[in-house]
Amino acid sequence: MHQSRVARNIRLGIKTLLLHKLRSFLTTLGVVFGVGSVVAMLAVGEGASAEALERIRKLGSDNIILDSVKATEDVQSGSVRSRISIYGLTYDDQDRIGRTFEAVKRTVPVKLVRKEGRLGDRTLEVRVVGTSPDWFDLVRREVIAGRLLGAEDEHGSTNAVVLTEYGARRLLATANSIGQTLRIGSGYFQVVGIVRNEVSSEGVQVPDEEVDAYIPIHVARGMFGDYVVRRSSGSREQEFVELHQIIVQVRSTEEVAATAAGIEAMLARFHKKVDYKVRVPLALLRSAEATKRTFNIVLGSIAGISLLVGGIGIMNIMLASVTERTREIGVRRAIGAKRGQIISQFLIETVVLSSVGGAIGIGVGALIPWLITLFAGMPTVVTAYSIILSAGISLAVGLVFGLYPAVRAANLDPIEALRHE
Amino acid sequence: MNAPPGARPPRGAAPAGQGAAAVVSLRQVAKVYRMGEAEVCALAGVSLEFAAGSFTAIMGPSGSGKSTLLNLLGCLDRPTAGSYFIAGEDVSRLDDDELSEIRLRKIGFVFQSFNLIAQLSVRENIELPLYYQGWPHAESMKRAEELAGIVGLGGRLEHRPNQLSGGQQQRVAVARALANDPEVLLADEPTGNLDSATGVQIMDLLRGLNEQGKTIVMVTHEPNIAAYAAQRVHMLDGRVDRIEE
Repeated sequence: MHQSRVARNIRLGIKTLLLHKLRSFLTTLGVVFGVGSVVAMLAVGEGASAEALERIRKLGSDNIILDSVKATEDVQSGSVRSRISIYGLTYDDQDRIGRTFEAVKRTVPVKLVRKEGRLGDRTLEVRVVGTSPDWFDLVRREVIAGRLLGAEDEHGSTNAVVLTEYGARRLLATANSIGQTLRIGSGYFQVVGIVRNEVSSEGVQVPDEEVDAYIPIHVARGMFGDYVVRRSSGSREQEFVELHQIIVQVRSTEEVAATAAGIEAMLARFHKKVDYKVRVPLALLRSAEATKRTFNIVLGSIAGISLLVGGIGIMNIMLASVTERTREIGVRRAIGAKRGQIISQFLIETVVLSSVGGAIGIGVGALIPWLITLFAGMPTVVTAYSIILSAGISLAVGLVFGLYPAVRAANLDPIEALRHE
Repeated sequence: MNAPPGARPPRGAAPAGQGAAAVVSLRQVAKVYRMGEAEVCALAGVSLEFAAGSFTAIMGPSGSGKSTLLNLLGCLDRPTAGSYFIAGEDVSRLDDDELSEIRLRKIGFVFQSFNLIAQLSVRENIELPLYYQGWPHAESMKRAEELAGIVGLGGRLEHRPNQLSGGQQQRVAVARALANDPEVLLADEPTGNLDSATGVQIMDLLRGLNEQGKTIVMVTHEPNIAAYAAQRVHMLDGRVDRIEE
């Protein structure tokens, strides 16, 4: 029975609002745009960051990535025509990290060499990645054909190679190419598998590239050595780098920060120069999430201003309505309505206005991102929380901006109100 | 107008109410308005009793305090001094919500300009007091139908007030005033906005209700309308001037 009374109050409120259809519609429109822009803005903000977050997540939040970098003093001494620069991570580093830190689950070595690959009569410069089979546990990619590197390749008589999808396509390799021979530099490899690859973009570097050829690290070391010779415009530069990258996987994300700090301290001890860089995807993730939060707050606040304008519109119209209905308020009071009942009557009307506006606004707000994605190609995500938030806000707008007119109506002197023309 | 309150006891304090107990009684009621520095005494010690089943007209020139008296009788206002009893209960010191409750349970209003609520149907207008009393919807709808029948508007329950003539609107207002079965029905110039033929019909309706036992207090300045009442209280300068039987 109590519920039916609420329903009746709402029905009467709607009936009153429908007396002035255009006015109610225009008032509602203010909330529609306010709520719509909140939902749409949050969807755009969410979409922009969701992509970046997903990329970072793909790097693995329990990983620490160590890169070899040419120390700055080496780079500066470019006057020497021919010299050997020795820098970067070493096999010993990998070994030491694996043995020292209890939190480290495994370490994956990465050795990079650029070589020409030849399959049949097609040639392509490939990035040879010498690594251990563990690589594919950390950098999870879909296997399109064949298999990944395995333990058997560590000791096998033939040299196995896994190609990326992109590289394979450039070499015209198909599923039928499994088992064929790929010549890389001066060595011969058997294609055992093809994997899908991701592409780095927008500041987030994924560990794989388009034209990777994965081979076991011991093969890479034995076949190509640790020396790299670069020739450019007559100058010759030799580099001696043992490992280009070490990916360290930590047992749990809680231990990432401490382990990264420990590894950095260890490297600082054993390296004379800072010829390495420590990247922590988790830290990137955290800062990206913080950026996203800021972004959402800024966008949401801007949208909130339009919602505020909508709320002021409601308040304005309700104040006009109170003045216009002074007589009615007087009659109701004379009949015996208490102040509280007058307040609730007007509040119900404003809440109905703002809720209807909110509901339509959520619809509009969900439609706009869809159109943005359709026409501008920007990713957008309408989250459940933004809808719940907007619904709550539109309800609150009705209550907050309806309260003052309602209280004003209730505080009218019944005698004066009855005399009002 | 500015007579000191309670300076002279009014003549003929109570109209005799056929020996029945007074439903409404005022004792030395005064009402003083502050207007800036000046104090305006609208009522200066009025004592009156309205017996159950009586029909009283309050008359007097404008400014005589008859509207103030009606507002006090209707519990829309509180007296500055004196006491006011409805059905034995002193209502002169109640707060706003308590006064609302008295109006809701014990008083029915009929206004000069009908004062129906435009967006509500005839039925909903009549139901209004019951709605505030918290009646279940089905019961209040039934009661509204009965009341519409009593005032002779049985077939127009779903009409809007603006679809009715003035006389019909006033009938709806009477039905609404009766909905809470009030101790006293207060009418403020009930025929003031009607032509004389329609006015007579409304007065016949009120007289019929009085004959069935309803206590009615009516403010009017038209002698022929006041003639319907059994007693006429003449107000002058915030006092009861004389009472005619």
